[in-house]
Amino acid sequence: MDNSKIGHHISGQFNKELEDIRNKVLAMGGVVEQQIEYAIRSFTTNDTELAELVIKQDNQVDAMEMEIDLECTQILALRQPAAFDLRLLLTVLKIINELEIVGDLAERIAKMAIQVSENDSRIDQYYEIQHMAELVQEMLHGALDGFARLSIDEVSTIINQDDSVDREYASIVRQLITHMMEDPRNITRTLNALWSVRALERIGDHSCYICKHLIFMVKGEDVRHLSPKELEQKIKA
Amino acid sequence: MTTQEARTHAINMSSVLNTRMTRNEPEEISIKIESLRLSYGQKEALHGIDMEIPKRKVTAYIGPSGCGKSTLLRCINRMNDLVDSVKIEGKILLDNENIYDKSVNVADLRRRVGMVFQKPNPFPKSIFENVAYGLRIQGINDKRILQETVENALRGAALWDEMKDRLHDNALGMSGGQQQRLVIARAIAIEPEVLLLDEPASALDPISTLKIEELINELKEKYTIVIVTHNMQQAARVSDYTAFMYMGDLIEMGPTSELFTNPRKKQTEDYITGRYG
Repeated sequence: MDNSKIGHHISGQFNKELEDIRNKVLAMGGVVEQQIEYAIRSFTTNDTELAELVIKQDNQVDAMEMEIDLECTQILALRQPAAFDLRLLLTVLKIINELEIVGDLAERIAKMAIQVSENDSRIDQYYEIQHMAELVQEMLHGALDGFARLSIDEVSTIINQDDSVDREYASIVRQLITHMMEDPRNITRTLNALWSVRALERIGDHSCYICKHLIFMVKGEDVRHLSPKELEQKIKA
Repeated sequence: MTTQEARTHAINMSSVLNTRMTRNEPEEISIKIESLRLSYGQKEALHGIDMEIPKRKVTAYIGPSGCGKSTLLRCINRMNDLVDSVKIEGKILLDNENIYDKSVNVADLRRRVGMVFQKPNPFPKSIFENVAYGLRIQGINDKRILQETVENALRGAALWDEMKDRLHDNALGMSGGQQQRLVIARAIAIEPEVLLLDEPASALDPISTLKIEELINELKEKYTIVIVTHNMQQAARVSDYTAFMYMGDLIEMGPTSELFTNPRKKQTEDYITGRYG
């Protein structure tokens, strides 16, 4: 599978439109990745300016979503795409929806970062959270990379990584609960941390959804509600 | 309801859902084409086609110009017999009977397999006489039968309401779309089993095209329909099965919904997405 899948239409204009949409999705993905990066950094360093930036970036992400949505609609109406072209556009519509949600989740982390800094309280689990964030960022990056290359080679690795994320999530939650039990005065700030970790865990899930949309795009098979085993077989088939 | 009961219900429900989704009843076959080869003089136009056309379904042939789709369509009612220097090998079975068998009466065959062409070709007669023509040449002149058949055929072709007060007007005064539906009415008046449509809507405006497509959808209740079209969206809209042909070969045939969303062959993909190979 290579990028020539997008090109080679008799209509050069159509090639350009598809290429343009792909670039815009990748640009949108880039902004969302940056949002996560900044949100986590603001959370761990109490940098509220950075957090404000993440919140602002969310407007940009929303605008990009609507723009890509409109372009897809126009292509569907004007060109009646079929086969791979059709699946590409349907996948784009789903991916930008996932990205928009991921953007919202990053915004939520940024808001928590602002609250945490107002309380002037330190959280001890930064290291764990940071590590979990790295795993999640890798997943989203891998998913977007797969979209850029129209490839599902890395999809099972990414989906498997979600298990590690879930394990880290469970372990951080346990630690945070211990904190709350030790001293009820910790509850407010610990809850803030908990919401952020939860947001990260959700970002991992949405990265997996993007991977599943990619499988539909490349193979034409809807794998959204399959068991992990069935999914593995479909990817290999 | 206990948890156990709920569980049983859920399992039952999912087994019902699964069977619905996976059940794929084999279609009844109307026409079976077996290693059909056709050459015009030295030039071979069809290189051994094997194909099964399901009964009372719409099958569309798509493919670039010169790929042999019209030739194949015309084989089904032996229209190619009229072309000089044509050589045909292989079989076409209509209800298990080879239509190229020596014992087959071509006029009978064409009564069973009607055909409609790209440009409407009504006779320069009244609307009524156009539709009644097939019966008259069979020697049927009973007024009541004619009246009844013409009305049914015109209703079948969605023309009756528009034309019932103009039955004795000249057919050439109708619009292109109406003429095409009249020709279809003429074809179905003699109650064929199969209807072959060669680009039936390519000379029509969008509204008439939609009417013809709607008509095809209604006609498949009674007839097996094979349609050749250059308009891929039309093939996607009207047909149950689509066959993609290229350079005299059948490349891929399958349920239309699958062929247009997830074709198996690259050549098909390139063609339906408008790419050059």
